[in-house]
Amino acid sequence: MTIFGWLFDPANWTGPQGAPQRLVEHLGYTALTLLIAIIIAVPLGAWIGHTGRGGFLVVGLANGLRALPTLGLLVLLVGAIGIGLLGPLIALVVLAVPPILAGTYAGVRNVDGAVVDAAKGMGMRGRDVLFQVELPNALPLIIGGIRSSLLQVLSTATIAAFVALGGLGRFIIDGLAVRDFGQMIGGSLLVAGLAIVSDLLLAGLQKLLVSPGLQAAAAQRGGKRRLRAVPDKTLTAEAA
Amino acid sequence: MTWVLGNLELIGDLTLEHLVFALPPVVIGLLLAIPLGWLANRTRTGRTIVINLAGLLYTVPSLALFVILPAVLGTGILDSINVIIALTVYTLALLVRTVADALSAVPGTVIDSATAMGYRPVRRFLAVELPLSIPVVLAGVRVAAVSSISLVTVGSVIGFGGLGKMFTDGFQRDIPQEIIAGIVLVLVIALVVDGLLLLLGRALTPWTKARAGAR
Repeated sequence: MTIFGWLFDPANWTGPQGAPQRLVEHLGYTALTLLIAIIIAVPLGAWIGHTGRGGFLVVGLANGLRALPTLGLLVLLVGAIGIGLLGPLIALVVLAVPPILAGTYAGVRNVDGAVVDAAKGMGMRGRDVLFQVELPNALPLIIGGIRSSLLQVLSTATIAAFVALGGLGRFIIDGLAVRDFGQMIGGSLLVAGLAIVSDLLLAGLQKLLVSPGLQAAAAQRGGKRRLRAVPDKTLTAEAA
Repeated sequence: MTWVLGNLELIGDLTLEHLVFALPPVVIGLLLAIPLGWLANRTRTGRTIVINLAGLLYTVPSLALFVILPAVLGTGILDSINVIIALTVYTLALLVRTVADALSAVPGTVIDSATAMGYRPVRRFLAVELPLSIPVVLAGVRVAAVSSISLVTVGSVIGFGGLGKMFTDGFQRDIPQEIIAGIVLVLVIALVVDGLLLLLGRALTPWTKARAGAR
């Protein structure tokens, strides 16, 4: 059990450099980043999805982000702005926005046209259609986007310890500096555990928030797909 | 540009090192994902286990995985093999699901036809099901390759090489040019590899082109 040695040493669980304090810092950065990213990305994505304007830009942005080295963005911004919270925070928000934007856009865009038409036929205005029909229907994909963002932010916040930020990444960076591998491993296990637990919590939240009607429909679709052979059009569409 | 022009040799070395870290995991990950994806596609329980395990592994942040792996595997904590193994794990986690989905999307009628023509399961898998799943799998490989190229840079935080060195060094010595050159290089390499994979996919699936032409 040597790899858990550091983790179960009570000395590492107290004080300003103990695990609980670092965990709170890590969660603080993550929550702040996600809050800002959601405030930016959900309205923007909903507007783009609702109007259909600029959709290609959203998709391009989300794809381009995968190639962008997070460490490079982080050190560039911190180099330009200086050590502190602002530089890393901007980098984290830049990384957190595209997945939520893409999820919201795709969610709103993919709402069944017949459903939107039915809403209009019932006399709903554009705003009502968006808030009462399109957004609730888009919720699974919006939360999916937030889950991707959350993992991205948790991961990048760990790396941010390199640019003197707090959080759980400190154990990895500080442990390396003094060749204390036990501390590095302990910190890494905490980071991994935090990511897994947070992701599960959001998955649970998704079950709570998404309308039961939609979940039943999704389960039915998923079940059918396994039984029925999908037309081979889907195989070639991806290659185009 | 002056920094870049004065350090071309270093940049070349780091780029080469970067590719050595980034690309083998994609190949190994794909080779492992095919049998596992096949297994996942066989039974419902197998699918649940493989997909959930893959999701779990994919959730672990890269820097943490770089450190945890040596503890689990018994390799040296700063051994660069850890980066290659970690990126292989990510590729595998991503592709096993893609392979399973791609295989389940192969039309049942095609599989039945192949069986009727006398194809035994193994040969049918290699000659019919696998080729037909190439377009979907390749889309996954492109995502995995681009992610892998970008993720290698994270390793430089704990002293591994590759283009990430330009970030840590540029930060510590305050050379913004070096950082920007590193970001641009990573983006360019990702773009080039992505383009090459796209071309490879076209070459491997000539029938998609023939069908598009026939329409």
